[in-house]
Amino acid sequence: MREALNQALREEMNRDETVFLMGEEVAEYQGAYKVTKGLLEEFGDKRVIDSPITELGFAGLGVGAAMVGLRPVIEFMTFNFSILATDQIINSAAKMRYMSGGQFKIPIVFRGPNGSAFQVSSQHSQALESWYAYFPGLKVVMPSTPADAKGLLKSAIRDDNPVIFMEQERMYGNKGEVPDDEDFIIPLGVADVKREGKDATIIARSLTVPLALKAAEELEKQGVSCEVIDPRTIRPLDIETIINSVKKTNRVVIAEESHPFCGVGAELSAEIAERAFDFLDAPVRRLSGADVPMPYAKNLEKEAIPGVDKIVAAVREVAYLD
Amino acid sequence: MATQVVMPKLSPTMEEGQLARWLKKEGDKVSVGEPIAEVDTDKATMEMQALGTGVLRKILIKEGETAPLGQIIAIIAEPDEDISGLVGKAESGQAENKERIEHKVEAGGGGAEQELAQVVPGGERTQETVKGAPLRGDTGGAPSSQIQDNSAQESREASGNGSSISAGEGRRLIVSPLAARMAADAGINLRTLTGSGPGGRIVKKDIEAAMQTVSQQQPQAVRAAEAHAYQQPQVQGASAYRDEPMTQMRQTIARRLTTSLGPIPHFFLTSEIEMDQAAEMRRRINELDPQLKISINDIIIKVAAAALIQHPQVNASLQERSLRYYESADIGVAVAIEDGLITPVVRAAERKTLSQIASEVRELAERARSRKLRPEEYTGATFSISNLGTLGIDEFTAVINPPEAAILAVGAMTPKPVVRDGEIVVRQLMRVTMSCDHRVIDGATGARFLQTFKRILENPLYLIV
Repeated sequence: MREALNQALREEMNRDETVFLMGEEVAEYQGAYKVTKGLLEEFGDKRVIDSPITELGFAGLGVGAAMVGLRPVIEFMTFNFSILATDQIINSAAKMRYMSGGQFKIPIVFRGPNGSAFQVSSQHSQALESWYAYFPGLKVVMPSTPADAKGLLKSAIRDDNPVIFMEQERMYGNKGEVPDDEDFIIPLGVADVKREGKDATIIARSLTVPLALKAAEELEKQGVSCEVIDPRTIRPLDIETIINSVKKTNRVVIAEESHPFCGVGAELSAEIAERAFDFLDAPVRRLSGADVPMPYAKNLEKEAIPGVDKIVAAVREVAYLD
Repeated sequence: MATQVVMPKLSPTMEEGQLARWLKKEGDKVSVGEPIAEVDTDKATMEMQALGTGVLRKILIKEGETAPLGQIIAIIAEPDEDISGLVGKAESGQAENKERIEHKVEAGGGGAEQELAQVVPGGERTQETVKGAPLRGDTGGAPSSQIQDNSAQESREASGNGSSISAGEGRRLIVSPLAARMAADAGINLRTLTGSGPGGRIVKKDIEAAMQTVSQQQPQAVRAAEAHAYQQPQVQGASAYRDEPMTQMRQTIARRLTTSLGPIPHFFLTSEIEMDQAAEMRRRINELDPQLKISINDIIIKVAAAALIQHPQVNASLQERSLRYYESADIGVAVAIEDGLITPVVRAAERKTLSQIASEVRELAERARSRKLRPEEYTGATFSISNLGTLGIDEFTAVINPPEAAILAVGAMTPKPVVRDGEIVVRQLMRVTMSCDHRVIDGATGARFLQTFKRILENPLYLIV
């Protein structure tokens, strides 16, 4: 995954010289997670810039740069630290185009890992996609495979809107096939059917996609055929693909690591209830992360995130199999 | 600790009780086990015992008033206890208790246990709430604190396996949106289904199962003859068999008649009728005009109607708390149709001529066979007649169609030797058996009706006298 992201950055920086990177440890240190490895050597310190530990400051700097015609890619070491920068992201980046009557466009990408890692505890495990998806003016993207990551990051950089690009620390090491083509992009706002099925739909994103796929395999052995959908872009959401799937299978399980209250799962549930009411054979089942600050203890951390077993059980429940 | 006294279930079929007499008045001391009132139930008048000790502080229903099971009818408490809250709750509960509330409260012998199936307000139904696990009130050892106030709760009947909640008339249906749509498209009546989902929810697979059943029922003689292979029996040497799902009609017949012969106390009166004059009259009428085609059954219908007008106690029906006497005789005529039976009604038969009755019966029977009768054409009869004479039956007993009070079963007409004025002569004899609902019709009443019926039928000129 990290190499795919690295390739995307390199290709876009080669393609467009207004693209530059900024963040903590992105240059000299080669990136806290090595996503920006080798880029300082290739592009120099005017395009790969180490920042102080000042999220609000360098986020604002990025917005200003975007307003005058550059295309910044701002890295947050984790999105937990972006919380400090939200004023610039929400009040400036999200709204500048609208408030200026279109005079300013903000072609900025804020990227970094989102959600849980390994025992980094309450302040460093937050999944903030629903926070950012809340605001009109922001796009929110969450890839789950290396190919998706590369294609979506390239699209995000080329997009003239502020894009919140949320990776997952646990997945940086994941491997997958990635097309070589430099023009390989995946458009934003298009969901992906990661697995076709007919008995139940599992909607997963980022961390829960591989878990959902494993659960689907398990369920296949039990005679239940699951369709796994990865929205890829949270906002704008490709609700059509999801609804078509629900119409086919009549039952939905949403698997997410974020907290349940007002999460993306809640939004999906509402949309499904509104648009596919007559096709539901069971209420939409949301499997979310535990509604507590992430615990430090390893066993509790494991419990706090819906695992394969819980997904399997939830699908069986909506299929009235037990 | 105040005790709320509720209307107890004093017999298995009791659903409400009438307070016949208070044996204690407000202010009297009562103790556990002491009789405090007499209650009229569906069966008899029974004593109701106090389940708490203290003073009978407030009586909430008067003598002569009726309350459903579980309604609070009195409060026992300490002399100085404040019961105003309970009284308020009880009085508002009386209004709410008009809704369907079912309890099993076993009175007497040391304590009451209630089984309630509750819907927990969050909408979540746990297994316990669905199965109606016994809920005890704030117990402790003292019997005075056992009876719960449940006026604010809507409850559903808990069946043994918790899954038949959605079946049955008058109950709320729980259906998934998909299943509801599928049923509507397939023309399946959701009330005939039992849901297999949580809380008795009817779901997709229930509809799919029902559709299987429906498709097997298509009345095609060819299918019936072929398709179903006979299965081998379990017992050696016993007959092979095949199972066919019951058609909707058969299920309806089964359901209706179970609520007839079971609960209705039937008794049967048989009469042997000389049909010679009626037969002769029929012959001569039909000679007048070949179009007419009056049958014996038409004459029987007309005669029955005339007799009913003379015996209004038989042209009656048992309602909730009263006997309904009808002004005209609407005769239900049993018609055998493919795979079943239906009873279209000839309205006000006493005012119709034989030719009108004949053509109406013919038309109704034809539409019955082609299943084109409207509900108002086969409901609301005041009396029914079933004739198996044409199928060679000498006599039989029929089952009353509730809420009617009687039904007449007509057998075949056969020439038989009888003794008249000391001589043996041949007469056309026909045996009819009248089934009567003993709650409405007593033996003598029924017998007198049958006497009149026989008299007119043996001398049809009475019809115009």
